[in-house]
Amino acid sequence: MKNGFRQSMAWLHTWTGLLVGWLLLLIFMAGTASYYREEISRWMRPELPRSTVDADVAAERAITFLQHKAPQAESWNVSLPDPRNPAMRMFWRNPESMVKPPAEGEKRRRRGGGRFGDATVDPNSGQEVAARETRGGDFFYRLHFDLHYIPVLWARYLVGFCAMFMLVAIITGVITHKKIFKDFFTFRKDKGLRSWLDFHNVSAVMALPYHAMITYTGIVTLMFMYLPWGVSVAYPKDEDAFFSEAFARLADIDTPSEGRAVALPIQQLLDSARAEWKGADVGGFTLYHPGAANAVIDIQQRDGKRLSVDTPSLRYNAVTGALLEASPAAGGATQTRGVMYGLHLARFADWGLRALFFLSGLVGCLMVASGVVLWAVKERPKHAKSGKIGFGLRLVDALNIGAVAGLPIAFAAYFWGNRLLPLQMAERSTAEADVFFYAWGAALLAAFIWPKRMMWAWQLYLGAALFALIPVVNALTTHAHLGVTLRSGDWVLAGFDLTMLAFGAMLAYCGLRMQRWQPALSAAGKKRQAAAKAQQHAGAEVGA
Amino acid sequence: MNSTPNASWHTRFTAVFARPWLGVLSRSMAAILGGYALAATCAMFFAVALPIARGQAVLTGMLVAIALCACAALWAFATRTALRAWVGILMPTALFWLGTAVMRAGA
Repeated sequence: MKNGFRQSMAWLHTWTGLLVGWLLLLIFMAGTASYYREEISRWMRPELPRSTVDADVAAERAITFLQHKAPQAESWNVSLPDPRNPAMRMFWRNPESMVKPPAEGEKRRRRGGGRFGDATVDPNSGQEVAARETRGGDFFYRLHFDLHYIPVLWARYLVGFCAMFMLVAIITGVITHKKIFKDFFTFRKDKGLRSWLDFHNVSAVMALPYHAMITYTGIVTLMFMYLPWGVSVAYPKDEDAFFSEAFARLADIDTPSEGRAVALPIQQLLDSARAEWKGADVGGFTLYHPGAANAVIDIQQRDGKRLSVDTPSLRYNAVTGALLEASPAAGGATQTRGVMYGLHLARFADWGLRALFFLSGLVGCLMVASGVVLWAVKERPKHAKSGKIGFGLRLVDALNIGAVAGLPIAFAAYFWGNRLLPLQMAERSTAEADVFFYAWGAALLAAFIWPKRMMWAWQLYLGAALFALIPVVNALTTHAHLGVTLRSGDWVLAGFDLTMLAFGAMLAYCGLRMQRWQPALSAAGKKRQAAAKAQQHAGAEVGA
Repeated sequence: MNSTPNASWHTRFTAVFARPWLGVLSRSMAAILGGYALAATCAMFFAVALPIARGQAVLTGMLVAIALCACAALWAFATRTALRAWVGILMPTALFWLGTAVMRAGA
């Protein structure tokens, strides 16, 4: 399009990157935070006890809980506690006869009145967790692809669109580089445009395999929604058949329950599954027709030890303990997709690898942020020449400040909300999410009103203060603060507080740089300055 | 002025595409709409044409289509004229479409 392939690709890189950059930054930040989804959830529910009980005991207590809570249910599903998540998630499916129609004037059914019920149970007590109402890290996980306030379907199309732009930006970014290896080692400090360019290059090239992987696999996670055409052509009559065929799942159970019988102890069933898997651990189970003579249990292997998200499961007769069915081996394409999905979620990662994923995600945020800033830095001299900042640059400046400096404020505000909102408040988790968007909205508004360099510094300082004070707010409002967690060696909670301090320090440093920054003089500017000096000098001589 | 109506139609047609902003708009449409059409038909063709299990063919088609969609965007902005961008994307799309129709008729 331009004079040559590389120029065309550079142009495409600039515009695909800029157009979706701000939304992409939100997606990247939320996704990066989601690596520590369980840890964030733990920090946001400081009431939860730390110790986890044995999986068998937890399963036993889950069954007892469900027998009281949902004796009529058609099926129970339980996720057992694991080292990262001390609570048990469970949900159950109510029979059609129990479903209440939505009340007058209500669009959705009220919780508990619908087809599904759910609970979070503390395995220590066997009771529902008595913790503050919060979405914890799940908020960031959902924000990453469902955004907020807009219909989920629209959000996912929008996120997919951005991801495709990102993929194009990554490929064109690589093409644009003549010396991708050399660029990796190039950083020209305090050189204005050059420094921003080098920083953008280093952040992009350093984690390039990660960026390419995370973007492509991100689209893969939602590809059934984006590209349903293959399924509808190959399975014109029954699209569900595709999913059961391609995903090697156990057959659906649609027989009604019959008779009454006492199921085997859950421990015995879980042990048979462990023996069948040669020691691999159990992640959870689904019990169909609890209490009936034809009760059946599906036991799922724990994910987290394998790359793929598709975990094998076994089906037993829950009354006799006979093995009925094992999930068949998956095909090559299914495994490929499973591994890609798994790579995106990184549930398999232990603490070291998880930290590496998190850091790569942060580098990705920096890449996107420096990219949008770079556009403004490059554009500014053109406007400076005419002596007037044009609409486009002003818009980009405001969005840059509101996103790059404003989003950290929103993230910190979300954590503040978790600690400061009244514990018994109605719709508390919704209010927490609102705090995030109020804070971001305020930052954006301020940026649009006055998109100047000092606004950068102020917002970065505000973000720094909010992050750095999180451990303080935590200490004032809970008993799970650094004084306790460091002493007891609770590295998840202590690590969270320390990470917040580190973010605060980093943002403060950025703010300081922004405040002290002097625009680099162009060649013409230097000449002008020299001429002015010379004139002054001459004037002084004449005066003498 | 060209006297033959055919040629004048042709000049006018290319003149439209010569305008820079229209060229960018046209290429963007080729990249976004054309690219998606290419990906969709590619996924369909692979789903019915690959000689492997049906479910696996569907999945393979989707995984390939995502990469192809990105390549279409690159192509749309790499060609010398916007017209070529469209032709280069719509031709394989049409072929995939035809191939799918043939395979389905044969099945």
